[in-house]
Amino acid sequence: MSERISRGDVEHVARLARLELTDDEIDLFTGQLGDILEHAADIEALDVGDIEPTSHPLPLVNVLRRDEIVASVDRDEVLAQAPANEAGQFRVPPVLGEEP
Amino acid sequence: MTALEIAAAVRAGERSAVDVLNEHLARIDDRDGELNAFNVVTADAARAEAEGVDAAVAAGDDPGPLAGVPLALKDNMCTRGIPTTCSSKILEGWQPPYDATVVTRLRAAGAVAVGKTNLDEFAMGSSTENSAFGPTRNPLDISRVPGGSSGGTAASVAANFTPLGIGSDTGGSIRQPAAFCGVVGMKPTYGVVSRYGLIAFASSLDQIGPFANSVADAAAMFDVIAGPDPLDSTSIRDYSPDASAVLDRGVDGLRVGVIRELSGGEGSVDGLSADVLARTNEAVEVLRAAGAIVSEVSVPSATLGLSAYYLVAPAEASSNLARYDGVRYGLRVDAPTTGEMNTASRTAGFGPEVKRRIMLGTYALSAGYYDAFYGKALKVRTMMLRDFAQAYENVDVLVTPTAPTTAFRLGERTADPMTMYVNDVCTIPSNLTGHPGISVPFGVGDDGMPVGVQVLAPALGDELTFQVAAVLEATASGGVS
Repeated sequence: MSERISRGDVEHVARLARLELTDDEIDLFTGQLGDILEHAADIEALDVGDIEPTSHPLPLVNVLRRDEIVASVDRDEVLAQAPANEAGQFRVPPVLGEEP
Repeated sequence: MTALEIAAAVRAGERSAVDVLNEHLARIDDRDGELNAFNVVTADAARAEAEGVDAAVAAGDDPGPLAGVPLALKDNMCTRGIPTTCSSKILEGWQPPYDATVVTRLRAAGAVAVGKTNLDEFAMGSSTENSAFGPTRNPLDISRVPGGSSGGTAASVAANFTPLGIGSDTGGSIRQPAAFCGVVGMKPTYGVVSRYGLIAFASSLDQIGPFANSVADAAAMFDVIAGPDPLDSTSIRDYSPDASAVLDRGVDGLRVGVIRELSGGEGSVDGLSADVLARTNEAVEVLRAAGAIVSEVSVPSATLGLSAYYLVAPAEASSNLARYDGVRYGLRVDAPTTGEMNTASRTAGFGPEVKRRIMLGTYALSAGYYDAFYGKALKVRTMMLRDFAQAYENVDVLVTPTAPTTAFRLGERTADPMTMYVNDVCTIPSNLTGHPGISVPFGVGDDGMPVGVQVLAPALGDELTFQVAAVLEATASGGVS
């Protein structure tokens, strides 16, 4: 098994990603993610110095439309697809009192 | 019949769109149990659309350039009131409240959507084996994969279920399945086709494009879907291509480059099989014989593409897929608190490959690793843009294999993710740079399965890729060993 990433790392990342993994999945992902990161060692080792990063293939510009009322998606149609709704809003279980 | 022949006959009133549709639906009925190309066939809605096309013709109106042509839509394109799943349990049963722009445009051009096709879950994969609804099989040999992630669309076109299909390409997901199934598949320049209504995988890489059985059909479809869209803020505003108009221009005097790093020779990436390289070389010779000036060019960073892609794409995916939280749409697994509900829903709804990529992307973006992985991958993207810009100072287009091998067998590569990822080595660079690329069938490999040859061009060189592909197609269909 690769040592690039530990079981502890995998458990931590799963919590960040809001995924619950079984012990078997933690083992599997620890090995597989290690292998993928091993392949990425060519990039990790690269001296990229002062090269500017490219996060997008196009130069992005902010696009604004005219401030006029136009047709939009229908609220009831959207809410009808939600697991639960109430009074024109999405309904969820309690949020307060949770651990962060 | 080709898509253009069908459209001509329907527009002229010589054939009814309903009859054309019924013929194609019968083929789907007959064989899709075996292939599993479609997640859903919307026969009733399609009949209503076809009747509308026939009514327009009867009334003396022109239903459009794709009148009555049956169309397959990859199931990551939003279709109002029609289930859109991304082949994931987390979206099973969801009916979008709006249509993707490509769907609206194709319908306005007279095309008749017959259903939604299978894909690797959220387009993450190269074989369509990662679907929550079972794999799609290659129509040319059902023991083999159709490629992926747009494997359902590729299979639909190859099996003549539909003359046209829509796919999306984030790292090769149009071009590689096109190659595996022996059809034409094209990824446009980033921003040329609106992504409005395409369910996001990696937003800086995703692009929608056409599948067809001929270059002319693919070009006709491209011409319909390309062009600015106010609903996509990354849509290029001043480019409305007409690829159909350039197909007969030939390649006389055109400068064609072979990328040393994807040529199988010295300094090349490993794993490109001999038969695929042989067909690619033959394709280059065809272009030379047609008057092209051929030279070898170097794109040194092409060897880093795979590593960069498998950091950038999962990083963007981990962010994009955060929206599947059981609140607004899709699967909810009940739990006492919202946080527990979020985790329970995601855990139950996502399949193994999607979880793997969310994990990888979350890791690559997490504190302490961002600079070493994601940050460096973005700099490799810059290197690649520079390397290609330099190459395009000396050549007009580049020719490479589309995929390293022909279609492999189901189950052959599912155990080890890296063996699956290397499929994308030749297609990934154009996603990282945003450049266009087309895959055109060119002969067969040692196993008798089709080989795809890829033509690449600089940004906004979309028409040129079709122009060169047309020359290769004319020779390939004339019989290449």
